Amino acid sequence: MRERDHQSMSTSVNGGGRATQVTKLDRVVIRFAGDSGDGMQLTGDRFTSEAAAFGNDLATLPNFPAEIRAPAGTLPGVSSFQIHFADYDILTPGDRPDVLVAMNPAALKANIGELPVGGMLIVNTDEFSKRNLTKVGYDADPLEDDSLSNFQVHRVAMATLTQGALADTGLSKKDAERCKNMFALGLLSWMYHRPSEGTERFLREKFARKPDIAEANILAFRAGWNYGETTEAFAVTYEVPPAEFPPGTYRQITGNAALAYGIVAAGQCSKLPVLLGAYPITPASDILHELSKHKNFGITTVQAEDEIAGIGAALGASYGGSLGVTTTSGPGIALKSETIGLAVMAELPLLIIDVQRGGPSTGLPTKTEQADLLLAMFGRNGESPVPIVAPNSPGDCFDAVIDATRIALKYRTPVMLLSDGAIANGSEPWLIPRAENLPDLSVTFASEPNALDGSDEHWPYVRDTETLAREWAIPGTPGLQHRIGGLEKADGKGSISYDPDNHDRMVRLRQAKIDGIDVPDLVVEDPSGDARVLVLGWGSSYGPIGAGCRRVRAEGMAIAQAHLRHLNPFPANLGEVLNRYDRVVVPEMNMGQLALLLRGKYLVDVRSYTKVAGLPFKAEELQHVFTEHVEGVRA
Amino acid sequence: MTAVDLGLPSLGGLDLVPTDDAPQKAKDFKSDQEVRWCPGCGDYVVLNAMQSFLPSLGLKRENIVFISGIGCSSRFPYYMNTYGMHSIHGRAPAIATGLAVSRPDLSVWVVTGDGDALSIGGNHLIHALRRNVNLKILLFNNRIYGLTKGQYSPTSETGKLTKSTPMGSLDHPFNPLSLAIGAEATFVARTLDNDRAQLTSILTAAAQHRGSALVEIYQNCPIFNDGAFDVLKEPGEKEQRLIPLEEGKPIRFGPESEFGVVRTDFGGFEVAKVSEVGEDRVVVHDPTINDPSYAFALSRLSTQDLAHTVTGVYRNVQRPTYDDQARQQVAAAAETKPPNLQALLNGNDTWTVG
Repeated sequence: MRERDHQSMSTSVNGGGRATQVTKLDRVVIRFAGDSGDGMQLTGDRFTSEAAAFGNDLATLPNFPAEIRAPAGTLPGVSSFQIHFADYDILTPGDRPDVLVAMNPAALKANIGELPVGGMLIVNTDEFSKRNLTKVGYDADPLEDDSLSNFQVHRVAMATLTQGALADTGLSKKDAERCKNMFALGLLSWMYHRPSEGTERFLREKFARKPDIAEANILAFRAGWNYGETTEAFAVTYEVPPAEFPPGTYRQITGNAALAYGIVAAGQCSKLPVLLGAYPITPASDILHELSKHKNFGITTVQAEDEIAGIGAALGASYGGSLGVTTTSGPGIALKSETIGLAVMAELPLLIIDVQRGGPSTGLPTKTEQADLLLAMFGRNGESPVPIVAPNSPGDCFDAVIDATRIALKYRTPVMLLSDGAIANGSEPWLIPRAENLPDLSVTFASEPNALDGSDEHWPYVRDTETLAREWAIPGTPGLQHRIGGLEKADGKGSISYDPDNHDRMVRLRQAKIDGIDVPDLVVEDPSGDARVLVLGWGSSYGPIGAGCRRVRAEGMAIAQAHLRHLNPFPANLGEVLNRYDRVVVPEMNMGQLALLLRGKYLVDVRSYTKVAGLPFKAEELQHVFTEHVEGVRA
Repeated sequence: MTAVDLGLPSLGGLDLVPTDDAPQKAKDFKSDQEVRWCPGCGDYVVLNAMQSFLPSLGLKRENIVFISGIGCSSRFPYYMNTYGMHSIHGRAPAIATGLAVSRPDLSVWVVTGDGDALSIGGNHLIHALRRNVNLKILLFNNRIYGLTKGQYSPTSETGKLTKSTPMGSLDHPFNPLSLAIGAEATFVARTLDNDRAQLTSILTAAAQHRGSALVEIYQNCPIFNDGAFDVLKEPGEKEQRLIPLEEGKPIRFGPESEFGVVRTDFGGFEVAKVSEVGEDRVVVHDPTINDPSYAFALSRLSTQDLAHTVTGVYRNVQRPTYDDQARQQVAAAAETKPPNLQALLNGNDTWTVG
């Protein structure tokens, strides 16, 4: 399967009403763009749900400013939502939109550069006042001059039409105007033959306490639909048939929701109560919100006074025999570092989720980046190894949490899970796992003294010979009273020890425990088997890298792709895989952090391709990079 | 946002902690670790008092946990034959909060010092107190940094000459109890390391209290701040300065009980000669007054020069605890909606292929 360019496949004539040509497409990318207050994220979410319900494969990319309401009508205030949906399996939210919906001049100006020649532009003309145009630096109205002549432009007075449709509802003009995003959704839903029942049901539920607002939104949605059907502005509608999926039951899911469900499932699989200690931070807060709704699964959520207290409470709960979890983003990890070190020293299970965002410092809170890898790897004082797990897509977050929990419980260690902003807010269809097929993660707490000298004491640092994990002896267990803490402990007995040889041994034991974690081998995808170039990535770049590789192969070139789920320890066969190829290319949304680790550990001259723009890689961009390398090896 | 009435749980501090039928002795609570505080350190006295007092609670030893931060006093857990964690600087209240919330069957104690609790860990302290987590926090206040060899602390008197302040410290000190009462702590007390009887009675009351209890213990550091509290210990001096509180009794002190605490026109308290103001004006101590202004006013009688120091239980009031309510929400949620993982994963919008 390859990432194809969209194309018309057949046309027919619409049955009812006036004759409309129907064009079949295999994929479409639509971008809704407007002011932060225009409800573009909601509009995009609803269109996504419609596409999912229709059976398309899809991927989404929300893109919004950190400010809740940046000054209205300005460029910094533009919020957009891109959805890519198709009749085959797709890997990315799409490089460029085929259709741009611009609700105001700022949205037009910020996004028009990405609309390819011939692309469709639907503009809400009501916002194109002289004042609004001046605000974003338009000297002349682009709708009036010929600057948009390369595009198929549809000028729609969405606010006026919405207000007209709601004239009899008794709603104020302002409230009526606020429904214009549903007008846009209705128009696009008509144009792409989307089912509308789900949206109407959703609006009734969302505004259950304000039935008049619910009805107004539904009226606006229908007005947009009818506008498409009855006016002659749109000669063509489009069909994107359902995609072929493996059999099963599906739903649409975002990365943060999948992380939250993964945590719930991890608690159920381990039969442990879960305590989440967290401090609100973009883009991780939704995990806290979601988990707080599921206390019925034995989940306690503590919204702590700060990041440090969040992980502190989680570690305290782990000490007491719960599954302790903390969720945050990069700035939070910086604050939690000392406690992660304590968890390393105390050798207690702990799940640490970092939804990475642009850095350093406050950086780009709502944008994505992969620049916390070395922070996760080394960001603590002393020799302080921590396993690292990274999901590669929104739905994959679920499996990644289960795996991270397995490692934390089996090896009694804090585990870092590195998601990022693109995965957190992006969504895709998800084959819903069967609960009965999830792994058994149950643990055994210590119940008997384990002193190696035959006494009746508990020695906290006696290790399992295979995993090197120490026993989990929780308070309340008779006869096993013991003390742990951040000071170096004597191997085995666990008393405070300043002995030089003991410290050297303990440092190596802690490292050996992490190095010995059971991690599956890296799988390489190389359909032709002839590839001399390997592309190796990690995390959310899986989609763009895969799409880039498909494009390269579609040009008749061979290229291999592999993606790391485990960044620490690396899969045992990684060195062998790296040495199998003439060239290894490592694309990352950072300055080459994985590349540095690979070079250091395997002495392989990997080629780094880096970008830190706050947005995912584009498939086209990677196609060019990969092609250059394939050609470079040939030459 | 609307508020929800969460109801008032009415439990004692130890009601959910299992008890031991076998009689216990102080030595049962001594661990095999050699105690390594400096000779003459006030910490020994508190450790001995704790080991002697715990048998009176009759709790199972394995259900008692001491969590500490960093500093001399934070070595305390190593010497107790209970469960314990010597954690990191200032964070003990946060770690203890997670433990207390998830384990109602434990008696959780936090051992901390003036640097640990009031400087690096100030945030966690005030938030544990305002949440009213069922924790007993023992704040060993020696008014100096001992473990780092003698820098001034957040409770050192202004102008303190130390290695880091050769020209005198500039910081105005915290009054720890004013801080705790400002955070609306539900149990607040102060005692001295040399007053074994008062220390033991306060520890008992703190243990029985359901919610956060802050006990400040003035403790002598013989190496870096020796004699810091001598004026509160020397016969002839101490009677002039110590104002002991007893529930239901008029607050009087002095060699001849000639002084009393009376209200000022501004709603605060001041010290007066009872003979001059009359017995009727002397305040009768009531630690159960809910308005924190009362205990706060008492705390303001203690000044950094130790001219007066109020000891005893300032405040002992009931308020729902964070941990009880957190567990109640989890239990109520499970009762209303039995957990069904498959239903959660499915959600409301699914489609089936094949």
